[in-house]
Amino acid sequence: MTVPPLGQGSDGGNPSERVREIVADHRDERGALLPILHAVQTEFGCVPRELIPTIAAELNISRADVHGVASFYRDFLDEPAGRSTVRVCRAEACQAVGANQLVESAQQQLGVDMGTTTPDGDVTLDDVFCLGNCALGPSVAVDGITYGRVDAARLATLIAKARNRVGAHQ
Amino acid sequence: MTTEAVTVFVPRDSAARSVGADDVAAAIAQHAKSTGRDVTIVRNGSRGMLWLEPLIEVATPKGRVAYGPVQANEVAGLIDAGMLDAADHPLAHGPTDEIAWLSGQQRLTFARVGVIDPLSAASYQEFGGITGLRKALELSPEDVITAVTESGLRGRGGAGFPAGIKWNTVRNADGPLKFICANADEGDSGTYADRMLMEGDPFLLIEGMTIAAHAVGATEGYIYIRSEYPDAIQTMRSAIEIAYAHGWLGEGILGTPHNFDLFIRVGAGAYICGEETSMLESLEGKRAVVRAKPPLPALEGLFGKPTVVNNVLTLAAVPTIMASGAEAYQELGIGRSRGTQVFQLAGNIKQGGIVETAFGISLGDLVNGYGGGTRTGRPVHAVQVGGPLGAYLPTSRFDLPMDYEAFAEAKAMVGHGGVVVFDDTVDMAHQARFAMEFCAEESCGKCTPCRVGATRGVEVIDRIRFAEDADSHAANLVVLEDLCQVMTDGSLCAMGGLTPMPVLSALEHFPDAFEPTHTAEQTSRTEVTP
Repeated sequence: MTVPPLGQGSDGGNPSERVREIVADHRDERGALLPILHAVQTEFGCVPRELIPTIAAELNISRADVHGVASFYRDFLDEPAGRSTVRVCRAEACQAVGANQLVESAQQQLGVDMGTTTPDGDVTLDDVFCLGNCALGPSVAVDGITYGRVDAARLATLIAKARNRVGAHQ
Repeated sequence: MTTEAVTVFVPRDSAARSVGADDVAAAIAQHAKSTGRDVTIVRNGSRGMLWLEPLIEVATPKGRVAYGPVQANEVAGLIDAGMLDAADHPLAHGPTDEIAWLSGQQRLTFARVGVIDPLSAASYQEFGGITGLRKALELSPEDVITAVTESGLRGRGGAGFPAGIKWNTVRNADGPLKFICANADEGDSGTYADRMLMEGDPFLLIEGMTIAAHAVGATEGYIYIRSEYPDAIQTMRSAIEIAYAHGWLGEGILGTPHNFDLFIRVGAGAYICGEETSMLESLEGKRAVVRAKPPLPALEGLFGKPTVVNNVLTLAAVPTIMASGAEAYQELGIGRSRGTQVFQLAGNIKQGGIVETAFGISLGDLVNGYGGGTRTGRPVHAVQVGGPLGAYLPTSRFDLPMDYEAFAEAKAMVGHGGVVVFDDTVDMAHQARFAMEFCAEESCGKCTPCRVGATRGVEVIDRIRFAEDADSHAANLVVLEDLCQVMTDGSLCAMGGLTPMPVLSALEHFPDAFEPTHTAEQTSRTEVTP
């Protein structure tokens, strides 16, 4: 396992220092908080609660303001997801071609409920409402890459590939 | 066998990639090399015939010929069978431009999507790009707005507000700082045209926004793209860089005194950001909570400044209007719905994809004609038009023309032009429940009818579906209709205000689905949400 502990950047440097660098990179942008939170999410795999005061101080806004924004948006996580994330589309166009059955299959294959992570930390299973692939559903996104016409068998292949990929990095 | 270089087009559109286009492109490069052929692979956008993806095209002196759907393991066989020389094959469709599904359309906004390399500025200009911007810059801002108004262009995001009137309001507003915002938060299920346009012809959106900036006197623009569209984000970012290098953005656009800077902002997984005022809040770096109107964003929009907020397809229609004239655009369509609409066929559909055609085509012609019915081969049962907040319509309404007013009269909406098809296995009461469930999940929480009403709606629909006797069934139907009325009348924005539309349309057109089907002995009285 080489997963960095919570709140520590991928380079193992000082997290608060890294956050100050991120804020500096975006300071001149209008409405910089969202780009900053995206960058923090990318860097740390989540928006660590203990870094919110640093972001707030750097932007001269309250901690409540930062927490309020970070907690509003689904993309900003409280703690890192699994090493791989599988998101099954549950929107209407995918429902019309069996998304609900695929959700059940995904839960069975991974042995976890939607919105949770396998005990080994390999895969987070979640839903998503529309990937914009509505003519080729059911759609699934694995680590941000969209796959179309996914049935239970193809899903099993995608999950196995994801597990192999994260396994290779350990 | 000839030895001349052959150009092969393999789409880079994320729908094509979702079914293996990258593997196909790699297989073509590899097999062509092993057979000694010199092949240039161009990653174009998608032609929009999504059931044929990955659709590859081979350039010939007589035009491009199409093969699809092609899987990577079929590439070697195709090349050996002479695909690079346009040979016939069971997967061949002949000249792409002669495929009836495509040639019957009136592609204005999507004219270049699937045709060109999306990031080739030279191809963009070769196929008519930047003509509209050049013409617009020769005109006064007032004349540009007059042209947009006369074209009859209405907002393609769903509300259908006349674009020219909105622009004129911003034009007449005071202030040195004004903004152009493209709403690319295309969260509605069944809609993907914004994504395909941004991935397939990104310069068109840039050109449309630059024209808008000139028209209203704006100097800064933002494209708000949802995070679920990583390919569109990447393509737009690259396109903006290239546009700056060509003088289509930045200082002194095309040698004129006009300046316009354009930035990408990425959403963060909130459906509500498709609503214009919550998108503005999000752009300001805040919780995406809906604003009350007035003030109109046109007067007090982004950071309180006069702001044009338009959908991607609205802005992308403008260069064509400027290049070909307002009259040509206005001549298409019916009633007060002018020009073309980019319809998106989705869900359980045999031939799903992009159908750009003049307003007025019937719903049935889209679903059964272009769409070819369901993918499963079962009868079409219901069609949801206009996204999750649009009505569910039965096949008996297939005569409806795609027209804002005709749909409004039928208690439905054209919306963003998405058409989601369901076969006869669909449980319409479940779909109605899902509409409420989705609203409960995605409500921004600002107004009570939406925030509380959606949760109550889920509960009431469960009580209807699992009613123990006729009295309770009837009583809860009254409660549901009353609740829907409150949400429609009392919500701040379309999220709460239109969620009743799918619910009530399902109830009206498919009442049998709401009959209590479960007995009192059933232990689970509510549906388990995955």
